Parts: sequence; C-alpha cells; structure tokens
Amino acid sequence: MMIGPDLLNLAIYLPLAAGVLIALLPRAKEHLSGPLALTSSLLAFIPALALYTGFDPALPGMQFAQDLPWLSALGARYTIGLDGISMLMFILTAFLAPIAVLSSFTAVKEHRRFYYASLLALQTGMLGVFAALDLLLFYVFWEAMLIPMYFIIGIWGGRRRIYASVKFFIYTMAGSLLMLAAILWLYFDHQSRTGVYTFALTAYNNSAAGGTGMLLFLAFALAFAVKVPLWPFHTWLPDAHVEAPTAGSIILAGVLLKMGVYGFIRIAVPFFPEAAMTAGWPIAALGAFGVIYGSLTAWAQDDIKKLVAYSSVAHLGIVMVGVLVLEPAAVSGAVLQMVNHGLSTGALFLCVGMLYERRHTRLMADYGGIAKIMPAFAAVFMIVTLSSIGLPGLNGFIGEFLILFGAFKVWPCLALVSLGGVILSAVYMLGMYQKVFFGPVSNTANKELPDLKVREWLCVLPLLALIVWIGVYPNFFLRRIDTAVNDYIRLAGGPRPVFSLAKGEK
Amino acid sequence: MEGNFYPLLKWMILPPLAGFVLNGLLGKKFLSERAGGILGSLAVLLSFVFALLSLSDLLNLPAADRLLRDTLFTWISAGPFTVDFALRLDPLSAVMALVVSGVSFLIHVYSIGYMHGDKGFHKYFSYLNFFVFFMLVLVLADNPVLMFVGWEGVGLASYLLIGFWYEDPEKASAGKKAFITNRIGDAGFLAGLMLLAAVMHAGGVYALDFSTLSANAQLAAGASFAGVNAAFLIGVLLFVGATGKSAQFPLYVWLPDAMAGPTPVSALIHAATMVTAGVYMLARMFFLYEAAPAALDVVLVTGCFTAFLAAVIAVAQRDIKKVLAYSTVSQLGFMFMAVGAGAWAAGVFHLTTHAFFKALLFLAAGSVIHGLSGEQDLFKMGGLRKHMRTTFILTATGWLALSGVPPLAGFYSKDLILEKVFTSGAGFVWLTGLLTAALTAYYISRLLILAFMDNYRGREHAHESPAVMTVPMGLLAALSVVGGMAGAAWLLPFLQPGAPPEHHSALMIAISVAAAAAGIIAAFLITGRRIGGGHHAAWCPRSLAAAWPRLHRLVYNKFYVDEIYEALLLKPLARFADWTFRVPDSKVIDGALVNGTARLFMSLGRTLGAAQTGNAQFYAIVFMAGLCLLLAAVLAGYYL
Amino acid sequence: MIHFLPLTDSVPLAHIVGLGVAVFAAGAFGFLVRRNLIVLLMCVELMLNGANIVLVAFSRAPASPDPQVWVIFMFAVAAAEAGVGLALAVLIWRRLGTLDIDALKGLRG
Repeated sequence: MMIGPDLLNLAIYLPLAAGVLIALLPRAKEHLSGPLALTSSLLAFIPALALYTGFDPALPGMQFAQDLPWLSALGARYTIGLDGISMLMFILTAFLAPIAVLSSFTAVKEHRRFYYASLLALQTGMLGVFAALDLLLFYVFWEAMLIPMYFIIGIWGGRRRIYASVKFFIYTMAGSLLMLAAILWLYFDHQSRTGVYTFALTAYNNSAAGGTGMLLFLAFALAFAVKVPLWPFHTWLPDAHVEAPTAGSIILAGVLLKMGVYGFIRIAVPFFPEAAMTAGWPIAALGAFGVIYGSLTAWAQDDIKKLVAYSSVAHLGIVMVGVLVLEPAAVSGAVLQMVNHGLSTGALFLCVGMLYERRHTRLMADYGGIAKIMPAFAAVFMIVTLSSIGLPGLNGFIGEFLILFGAFKVWPCLALVSLGGVILSAVYMLGMYQKVFFGPVSNTANKELPDLKVREWLCVLPLLALIVWIGVYPNFFLRRIDTAVNDYIRLAGGPRPVFSLAKGEK
Repeated sequence: MEGNFYPLLKWMILPPLAGFVLNGLLGKKFLSERAGGILGSLAVLLSFVFALLSLSDLLNLPAADRLLRDTLFTWISAGPFTVDFALRLDPLSAVMALVVSGVSFLIHVYSIGYMHGDKGFHKYFSYLNFFVFFMLVLVLADNPVLMFVGWEGVGLASYLLIGFWYEDPEKASAGKKAFITNRIGDAGFLAGLMLLAAVMHAGGVYALDFSTLSANAQLAAGASFAGVNAAFLIGVLLFVGATGKSAQFPLYVWLPDAMAGPTPVSALIHAATMVTAGVYMLARMFFLYEAAPAALDVVLVTGCFTAFLAAVIAVAQRDIKKVLAYSTVSQLGFMFMAVGAGAWAAGVFHLTTHAFFKALLFLAAGSVIHGLSGEQDLFKMGGLRKHMRTTFILTATGWLALSGVPPLAGFYSKDLILEKVFTSGAGFVWLTGLLTAALTAYYISRLLILAFMDNYRGREHAHESPAVMTVPMGLLAALSVVGGMAGAAWLLPFLQPGAPPEHHSALMIAISVAAAAAGIIAAFLITGRRIGGGHHAAWCPRSLAAAWPRLHRLVYNKFYVDEIYEALLLKPLARFADWTFRVPDSKVIDGALVNGTARLFMSLGRTLGAAQTGNAQFYAIVFMAGLCLLLAAVLAGYYL
Repeated sequence: MIHFLPLTDSVPLAHIVGLGVAVFAAGAFGFLVRRNLIVLLMCVELMLNGANIVLVAFSRAPASPDPQVWVIFMFAVAAAEAGVGLALAVLIWRRLGTLDIDALKGLRG
C-alpha cells in the first residue's frame, strides 16, 4: 500500500473496528480482549509510523489528504489530512494508545470487553480529531471522543468516579456547545455570502473581523480553553485525573488536553486572526498565571495523582503562551512541548498507577523509602520527574526553553512569569519524590513491594527512550513541524512585533 | 567558522558517559566492586589523557589562534533559532578540562578506598562519572545553552550524590535544598540568556556560540531593557546563576548542607570543580562584563561580602566538613573578587590552586572521618598526628597552602587577587579581603590544631587510611606545593597571552604574608592555649566561645540565615501555596463558580421538578388541557 | 390512480368523524380515570383508532390515498407500541406485583 490517505484511514479506523470486534466477543473469550486490544493498537501504530516516516517536512499544507462527499445535503465532506503539527499529535496518540492498553492488563478486571472497546473507540476519536479537515467531521470526532472517556472514568474509575465523570462530561460539553453555535454561525454566514454550504476548514481562515470575529473567537477559545485546561477552567481536570483509571489518565493527559491547544492552532487563531491578535495577550497571560498557580496548587497536594494533575495546568499554561505569541521558535517549542507533556505526564501517571496497583493508595504520606525497595522503579520515576521538571538533556527542557526564549522577545513579562515555573516545578516534584522514595521505610506495608515486572518495563521503556531522544536530538521532531508552524503564523497574521530593546525606550 | 575543527574533543566527554551507563546498568549485577571502581576511574583517566592530547595540540598553535572546535550535530533549530551541540577548546576551557578530569581522576581512585563495602558502590561510581561527563560538557560547551545543559547536569549529579544515603531524611533534604537553591540561580541564568538572545536577535545575530557573542557584545551594551542597560542586566542575571552554583550570597546556604554527601563528593563537586562553574562562566562571558563595568562592581562586592561572611562563620564551626564548606564559600568569594576586579585570569588561577588544596583538605578530612569511623566533630578529635601520620602531613600541606604561606599554591593566587583588587581601586574591598585572608589562616589553623594537635579526645580507635586513599592525596599535596609557582609562570600567560607580565610589589606581598602569619599565630595562641595543668581540663578550645558567648552563638548558628530564609520565604510561600489550593481553588473557582453553577441548575431543576408528580394520569390531564387550549386558540384565531 | 370503492352516500362524513371523535373521547376518558396499566394501554389503542377512523373518513373527501397510508403506518406503530407497552407491563407486574398506575411514581421530581 502506498503511503497515502488509505493508510491514514487504516490508522484511524483499525482501532474502532477492533473495538467493535472485542465488544462482540463471547463472554467465555473475555480474557482475549486485552491482548486483542493491544495487538490492534500496535497494528494501528504501524501505519501511523509509516505516515510519519513518509511525511515530507518541506511541503507546505496538508499531506495524505483525502476529500470525499459525506453529507452532501449539508455540504459536509469527509476531508482528512495531516500537516506537520497534526502529524506529530497523530503519532503521539498512536504511540500512547498501546501503552495505555498495556497498562490496564492487571488494573482492569471488570467488564473487560467493554473497557477495551471504549479505549479503542477513544483512540479512533482522538486520531480523527487530529486528521479532520472538515468542521463538522472535526466536531463529530471531538464529541464522539467524550463518550468513551466518560465511560472509562465513570465505570472503571475510583471512589468519586460518577462525580468526576459527570463533571468532565458536562464541563467539556458546555464548552463544545458554544463552539457548535459558532460553527453554525460561520456556516450560515458563509452560505449567505457565497451561496455555498461548506464545512471545509480552509474556507473559514480569516473569516470574521471586528466585534463579530471577537465573539466567535471567544466562543471557540472557551471550548478549547476548557479542554487545555486554561486557568480558571481547570477544576474538572484534577477530579477527572484522580478518579480515572491509569490508562484514562494517560490518555487524558497525553492526548485529550492537547486537543484544546490543537484547536487554538488549527481553528480558533487562523479563523479569527484579528481577534486572536487582540485577545492573544490576555489568554496567554492566563496561561502564564496558570504556570504559577498550577505549581503552587500542585505543591499543596498530598495526593500524588492530584499533584501531577495540577502540574499539567502549569505545563499547559506555558504551552498556551508559546502558541499565542506567534514567534516561530516559541510555537515550535509549544508544539514540541505538547508532545513532551504527553510523554512525561503520561509516564508519571503510569508510574503512579504502578504504585497504586501495589499499595492501593495515592497519598504520599503512605509511602517513604520506596527507593530502597524498588530501586529500578525509583530510577525510572526519577528520570520521568526530571523530564517533567525540564532538566536539560531530557525532553521537557527543549520545549520550555524554546517557548521561553521565543516568547521573551515579544512578551518579556509573560516569559519571566513562566520562568517562575522552572523553580516551582523543582520544588513540588522533588518534594513529592523525596516523600515517596527517600527516607526510611516507615510503613511496614511497603516492605514487600515487588520491583518492576516485564510488562511494566514494556510500558515505560518506550516512554523513557523518547524522553531522552527528544532531549538529545529534538531536531528529528522539530524539523517536521517547521513548515506547519510557519503556515500557522502566516495564517494568524503573525509574527507579532518584537519587544523594543532600543536604548532609552521602555 | 572561526577556529580549527578538532574531532578529538568529543572523546573527552564520551568515556565518562560510557562509564556512567556501564556502571549504572550493569554494575551491580555483573561487575565486582574492584572492577566497577577501576572502570569508573579509567573512564575519567581517559578523559584526562584526551585533555592532555588536545592541550598539546592547542599549544602547537600560535597564541592568537588557540581555538579548537568540534560540532557534533545541530541540537535545536526552530525558526531562526539554532543551537549546535558544539564543543570548544581554548586556553580557558583547556585549563578547566585538565583540572576537572585530573582532580576527578584522583578522587575516583581515592573513592575506591573510601567507599569500600558500601552497598551503593556501583551507583556511586556511576553518579561520579555522570558528574564528570556533565562538568566536561559545561566546560567545553561552545554556546551558553549547551553550557546550561552541563550546568544543570552537574546540579543533578550533585543532588543525587548529596542524597546518596537517601534513607536519612536529612541527607535527602539537603540534596533537595541544593537542587532548588540552584534552580533559583538557574532561573536567573536562563533569564540572562533570554535577554542576551533577544538582544542578539534584535541585532540580527542568530548564532549563539561564544565567538559570535563576544564579537557582538556591543549590541548588548547598546540595548536597554525596562530602562536598564541590557549588558548590565544580563551580567547581573548571569551572576545570579553563578551565585547559585558557586554558593555566593544570598544563595550559598545549600553548600554547607551539601556536606551530607560522601566526603570525596564534597571534595570533587562541592570544593574543586562544580562550585567553581560560576567563576568559569563569568570568565567565559567576560566580554559581556567588559561592556558593563557596573555589573562587575556587583560581582566584586558580592564576592567580597561572601568571602568575609563565610570566613567568619567558619571560625566557629565544630564539624570538620562544615569548616571546609564555609572555607570553600569564602574562597569562591575570592575568585569572584578577582573577576569583579576585572582580573578573570587571576580568578581562574585561584580556582585551579584552590581545586588542588581544597580537594586535598577535603580528602584529608575524609581520611580522618574514615579513620575515626564516621566522627566529624572536631572537639572529639585531637592528637591525630600520632595516629595518622600521613594524613597529618598531607593536611598540614593543605593548611599552609590555604593559609597563603609562600611558596605554596594558595599564596600565589590569593596574593595576586588581593593585588588586583587593590590596583582596581577598591580600597575597602581590599581591606576586607585582607582581613578575610587572616581569618582564613585562623580557621584552618584552628582545624589543624583541633584535629591533630594535643591529645586524642575521642573513643573510636583511630587508624590510618589505605594507600589507595593516601596516594591520590599525596599527588594533590604535591600540586598544592608547586601549583602556585607553576601557575604564575605558565598558566597566566597561557590564559591571557597578550597581557603584560605581572609586577609584584614587595609591600603587597609583605602585607598579605603578614595577614596569613597573624591568622596562624592567633589560632595557636587562642585555640592551642593551655590553661593550668592536667590532661583534659587543661585544654581550652572553647576560649573564644567563653569570652563572647552571644557572639559565638550567633556565628556558630551561621547568623541564623537558614532560619531567616525559612521564616521569611519558605514557610510563607508554602502556606501561600496551601492557601491557594484551599481557598481560591477549592472554595472559589471549584466551589463557588463551577459547582455553584451546577447547584444553580440543580435547584432550578428541583423547583420545576415539583411539577413532576410521577402520576402519569396527571401528566395526561395537563397534556389534554394544553391540547384543548391550543385548539381553542387556533379556533379562536380562525373564527374571530 | 387507484380506484376506490364508493362509500355509501347514506353515511355522511360528519357521522364517521363523529364516531372517530367518540372513540377517541372514550379512550381519553378511560386513560384519565382508569388505574390498571393494561386498561390504560387499551385506552391508548382506542385513541389511536379514533384518530384512524377520522383519517380514513377524510381520505374520501379529496379522494386521496395518503391518509390510508398513514393509517397503515399507524397500525404498525401501534402494534410496536403495544408490544413494548405490554412487555413493560409484564415486567412491572413481575417486579412490583401490581399494575396500579398510582403505585408507579418512581419518576416523581
């Protein structure tokens, strides 16, 4: 098969097909659902990888594109394709999915068929969001993805799972409805101007200005900001993360949050460049504020998972600064940082899940001295922690560094505020690490914990490899997003004017 | 590109990396303790050999053209922003690379004896190699970004090694404190780099290697940020980074705590190499400071203040390692004084000699601690010159070198610094420096007296350390003796080929020798004084404490700086974080806004829900009534 | 065009509509006052069929087949509805032991 749209479709729908198959398995064969899900998500990774290697970083615009009639009566078409940015998100999703599946083998014991079917359906939804180039198609994938996630949190979650899943669902849904209203406005407006009904993304670039443009931009921005989550729309995240099963947290942190940022890059900003130019600073300021706020609240936690959840608010805050500053280095950094956050936070949740499976508690106070009992696990956790802190040589540094350096040229204040996160991240992450891993083994329940097993190694090793790879040789990834980043900045009407450093001026 | 391509440079950094990986992954399972130790030491020796080879090639070049470069790959490139993974060897980095790999090698060998029998033996050597790798990256980096990689990497190594015996919560906390304090400095470093890059980009300069930066330093001098001269601001911000790594006021507090790590680590990382990174960085970026002399004043005053403060604190400490730790802080202050006075070469010279004699002193202290099975309290030592002869002789060499007694190493470099400070016109700083030099001689003599003179006051049986430990110390002692003379003759012209030869005034030399002598004599008079007869009661190491109890308590408790930071910064910030979570996050945003909205709709639903009686027939009646009303309305509209 | 058998002119349209309304009214009245779920379902059927009669009656006036198509469609819907409704009734009986509509107030707001 040629590397083209067929492969893209295969990568998107293979998991869904396998999910349906798993859901239809007879009860007696339920034990097959896990291995089947793993196989199919691994199989789906192969075409995704082929697409990534076949991607030509020099070409502008979308690659592997396909445009078929879909709902002709509405003017909606089945349009898919990838540019450098969505390609990176696409491969990240395809990469994290098998890890999420593998991490559930022992954690999920009930309704396994339905669980794996949901996970695979979720994968199709996420891949679809990144590939969709038609607004309606995008919206369908965007919403469809919510449903399996809702089930994953609501059925296989922790003690307050119902509260968390309903909160997650309603919060994101409320945001999405505003987006739907904005989409419809654009749709009818376009028809009234051109006489054509269409949902094609390209038709709406720079489509409204002035007050209308601002209102529409804010409608989209709110929908995406909830997903990011931007302060102060973040409170669903800690609840969802704490209650979700490990795989749910991995997907949630690794991919779902990225969709909000991706929405800004693909839709909100290019559609309304004028509004984004004006509203960019306040939104980025919320992001920068979120860096400090998220770090402080993370510091105050005594639940490890909640700490990691709040750290996501901080990490995504800095990404938002990078996306909206419209400076090439910062945008590249932001896109890379999305991947980095997916890897390191995904790995953190994975590790917390491993601890939880052993001790059934997430409170730091219940641990202590684990480094002595599980030395290999402690080493893995240390690397992941350092990646999250942004230690040079690991992935997190590259993204943060590019964002900070790029953003500083335009918005020095926001860059300096975000820099505060560099200090605070070390405070709360190392504090957590110390409480869990160092000190004497005070709790006797911790004395007999087994170290990492083969399956767990298989989960973390790919993540660790990428964490180091991106840190040492980020150009492999940066090269492929360069063109798309420039396209984005051009569509957004950027780059922004640089802060003046001339003598005597402020 | 300027400079000569020289692919050998990468081989300087790779052996320790390989050592780290091998010892870290395979060590515990496949290597014996001996093999692991030898592997770690050999890796560093290999780096040292490559450093020597590169140096000889560097020396073969004409003095103006001494620059070797090795670009491994393009590391980060995004938009116009490009950073190469590139190494550079010029006289400055050559000296540093030699000092780092040479001293590291000796300390690796020493560690084989010191760490014998520790269950984390392989992990220890793996970390040590890890440190050397990043230190060499720091030293050889051709741009400040890559330098920052080494900068943070050595910080991580330091964190891991301070908390090496992590089961002790205090040691783990000390590691965390070091890391976080360093992070504060690093944030300053990064901010400086951000401003520097922004200034350069605004001037159309996109390459960030040191040669390009140096050639365009006037761009920074001509720019301003928030109304302040950019070069000054960059200089100060970078210096903030240096105060973190090199333990200067106000970020020096982590270094004394860092003594929680194994003593060879204290010698290597927290005395000889890593903590000098700040001095190296300032020397490396000196072109910026030349463009902003005001920033140099900040460096000079901070260095001087730190040197004095730390020396005063060192006077009253009881823990042998704490004395040496504060001594290190103080000596680093001297190095910054040199840089601040514009004489970075003198700073690097002192860095080199200090690496020799301070590493020696730490290793000797380690030998003492090793010999006394872990005792670190000076008041429980005494008389060790009889029990540990070799260690005593070696410590005495270090003592003379640090005190600044000619012709040992410390004399040359410290004297040069004081002279430079004096000629730069900073009279008060010079006086303070002189006083600090006297204090230095005092506290190190006090240490020598308390540990080695008089009679043994402890209970543990004292024994001499094995040759694997004393031989490296002997080599360092030899370097401490000749390092100064060799350095003055060879190092300074190598570092600054164009500079005119030094003219030392006899008066200056006399004054600084007198200061050292005064310190030593005072120590022997005060600490070594005997009161009355008898064996134990006769000896009075606490005479100063007895004379000024309150002052002593203040100094002994390090002026309560840690407590002040704790009370004014850490505690309030932690409480603020807690409050942020409890009130604005949980109560306001999540409670009032998010769940408040949910509750609003819930109560609305409850109210309207009263209509839902659950009685299907009631619904039907309402339904029919509605239908009838509708019909009536339609008919009314039709007929009326 | 399909040829329809002419209905005897002796029965005026109003009477047939009247019959339909009567049947519907009987169903509606029964639905409002009776308690037994089965009876209620039967009343629903009555209402549906009342509507059907009216539809059929009107299919004669403009001589259009459409209302009759609707009627057949409604048969199908009514059958399905009856099937589901009766199944529910059986389940409710099994679970609660009663078919009294007043006892089924689980949806009270």
